[in-house]
Amino acid sequence: MKYMKEYRDPQLAKKYLDEIKRTVTQDWTIMEVCGGQTHSLVKNGIIEMLPEQITMIHGPGCPVCVTPLNLIDKAIHLALDKNVILCSFGDMLRVPGSRMNLLEAKAKGADIRVLYSPLEAVKIAEENPEQDVVFFAVGFETTAPANALSVIHAHRKGLSNYSILASHVLVPPAMKAVINDEENQIDGFLAAGHVCTIMGNAEYYPLSEQHGVPIVVTGFEPLDVLQGILMVLRQLEADKTGVENQYSRIVKEEGNTEAQKMIFEVFEVKDQMWRGIGEIPDSGFALKDKYQAFDATKKYNVEIEEAPEHPDCISGQIMKGIKKPYECSQFGKKCKPTNPLGAPMVSSEGACAAYYHFSGLAEK
Amino acid sequence: MTNENKIRMQLQCPMPKLDFDVITLGHGSGGTLTNKLLDCGVFDILSNNFLDKRHDGAFLNMNGQMAFSTDSFLVSPIFFPGGNIGEIAVNGTVNDLAVCGAQPKYLSLSFIIEEGLKMTEFWEVLLAIRSACEEANVKIVTGDTKVVEKGKGDKIFINTSGVGAIHPKANIDEGNIKKGDKIIVSGNIATHGMSIMSIREGLDFDTTIESDTTNLNHTISQLLDEYGENIHLLKDPTRGGVATVLKEIAESSKFGIDLFENNLPIDEQVGSACELLGLDPLYVANEGLFISFVDASIADSFLDSLKQLDKGKNAQMIGTVVEEHPKQVILESSIGGKRVVNMLPGEQLPRIC
Repeated sequence: MKYMKEYRDPQLAKKYLDEIKRTVTQDWTIMEVCGGQTHSLVKNGIIEMLPEQITMIHGPGCPVCVTPLNLIDKAIHLALDKNVILCSFGDMLRVPGSRMNLLEAKAKGADIRVLYSPLEAVKIAEENPEQDVVFFAVGFETTAPANALSVIHAHRKGLSNYSILASHVLVPPAMKAVINDEENQIDGFLAAGHVCTIMGNAEYYPLSEQHGVPIVVTGFEPLDVLQGILMVLRQLEADKTGVENQYSRIVKEEGNTEAQKMIFEVFEVKDQMWRGIGEIPDSGFALKDKYQAFDATKKYNVEIEEAPEHPDCISGQIMKGIKKPYECSQFGKKCKPTNPLGAPMVSSEGACAAYYHFSGLAEK
Repeated sequence: MTNENKIRMQLQCPMPKLDFDVITLGHGSGGTLTNKLLDCGVFDILSNNFLDKRHDGAFLNMNGQMAFSTDSFLVSPIFFPGGNIGEIAVNGTVNDLAVCGAQPKYLSLSFIIEEGLKMTEFWEVLLAIRSACEEANVKIVTGDTKVVEKGKGDKIFINTSGVGAIHPKANIDEGNIKKGDKIIVSGNIATHGMSIMSIREGLDFDTTIESDTTNLNHTISQLLDEYGENIHLLKDPTRGGVATVLKEIAESSKFGIDLFENNLPIDEQVGSACELLGLDPLYVANEGLFISFVDASIADSFLDSLKQLDKGKNAQMIGTVVEEHPKQVILESSIGGKRVVNMLPGEQLPRIC
């Protein structure tokens, strides 16, 4: 694999940090949108290396964190149905539902399989014609093409025992919602590089222009993140706003048009619930009419009562960047990765888990 | 097992012609079928003076201080690149004894077999056990075989226990570690875990990652001959990986540990696989690896000696014992930032994207 070492070079990191220190003249608040960037910031100890004037705020870009509680309850309900094989990405398994998580459902006998690709789920459906296979299709624009492809494949093969429980969330509308929040203090954004790899940069120009914020499409290696921060900072200090692409080695201006075709063959944009944040207009994908037969929520018509979130969990404020994980009264106390009260304490990309695991704050 | 040894084994010990090709519940009943299974080659393959007595237990002569250890082995799949469950079952207990500063000598061996296991598979596991015993210079002196119903096991589970005499120069104890001790890892990390992961998850990597399963007793014995009490502590970082072992040690001591990410030896392929799956190699399981806490005064020379040995050629100094931040492991990242290293809340779960 290329670029394992190149973007972790300590001398270059020092050069970027020195340049950031030379450039900054006042306090700025920058949000990294993607959980992968949060993970990189904390795992590499970057937050502590930045000058005090720069505050990093961790955005809502953690797909497991924003998957609605009700949908997790539905997935658990389906998985406990004896005839369903529920397939999921790994880090969904520990996310708390209202009564249990998928790992606990597995211990109760549910057939739950961790996969890396939804196409494996289609294969499982082919191999087990007597059973229903449901893929828990969670993610941002990044995972949408593969999930769409799984539906196209199942459709072509005429599989009637495959469906997806979809919770697709879209990044630009969420950024807009964060900017429009009254308590928002964000001066600039690091946009999620992988999302732009698929969707391109077009949606960010109006966002930057209308709201007067610099947006830099940024990668995930330590040097990517440092360079992204420097690029936002240079715009802020020069009183400029615009869209720049730090991650140009991967992200093309127009994105991956083939992948986009696949997405819009299968999905259409709809309003979407975000756990901890609420409903955001035009921020999700639903299966188009042509592919309704593959929509698990319609196929099984599971009605699960909406359960309340844990009353002490402030994940919404954390994902909108209003509070830091350690400002939560339960952080590291009642709420730990072994017993998460809310989703951001689960995935290593969730801001709370990243802080708990890597910063040692819980132990102080 | 080495390839040469494997080929030799298969030539020397072809599976006899049998009137059954899968193991059934009856083979664990203790009656005729059990004897048939054991007589068809198990005793022959593992034959030695102790086992051949076929008594309820083994009669052993032992003097002085001993180490005693036990471990159960559940590996899925049971055959993986670079080995099978048989050699892991031998090497695992051998290495647990070796990091106690002991020279392993006698092992017990218990099988829990799920009915339906193919005899050819069982035979291959037995050959691997024999080969691993020969390479580690240990004997299987007593054992047991049970068979469980289909669906109540996962092909085969193995338990081994072992004893061995403590090396005369060894003084291995967590209480011996002190400020300034250097932490040395004997080879590339995360290899075994990623080998299993690469086939378990049905991922198609371009090349195979071979498990690092091997015995460590001869290597450790040579180091003890040379460095004796200057080796303060030895550990084998199997489940939970290097991070978990170091955090456990820090927590039970009054010291902290500084760890340097840039010094962690990792095979390029293994590192790429970890990146791809979103796994942290520090938490991935190892088999043929040990961590040494050694006195700073001999650390460089110890590392040189270890690098000369076949099983230590990739060894690296990865950390230091410090008085600051007691009970915490602090890792200096590749770009010079610092973060704490904690234990994992459960198993590592691959990320979505």
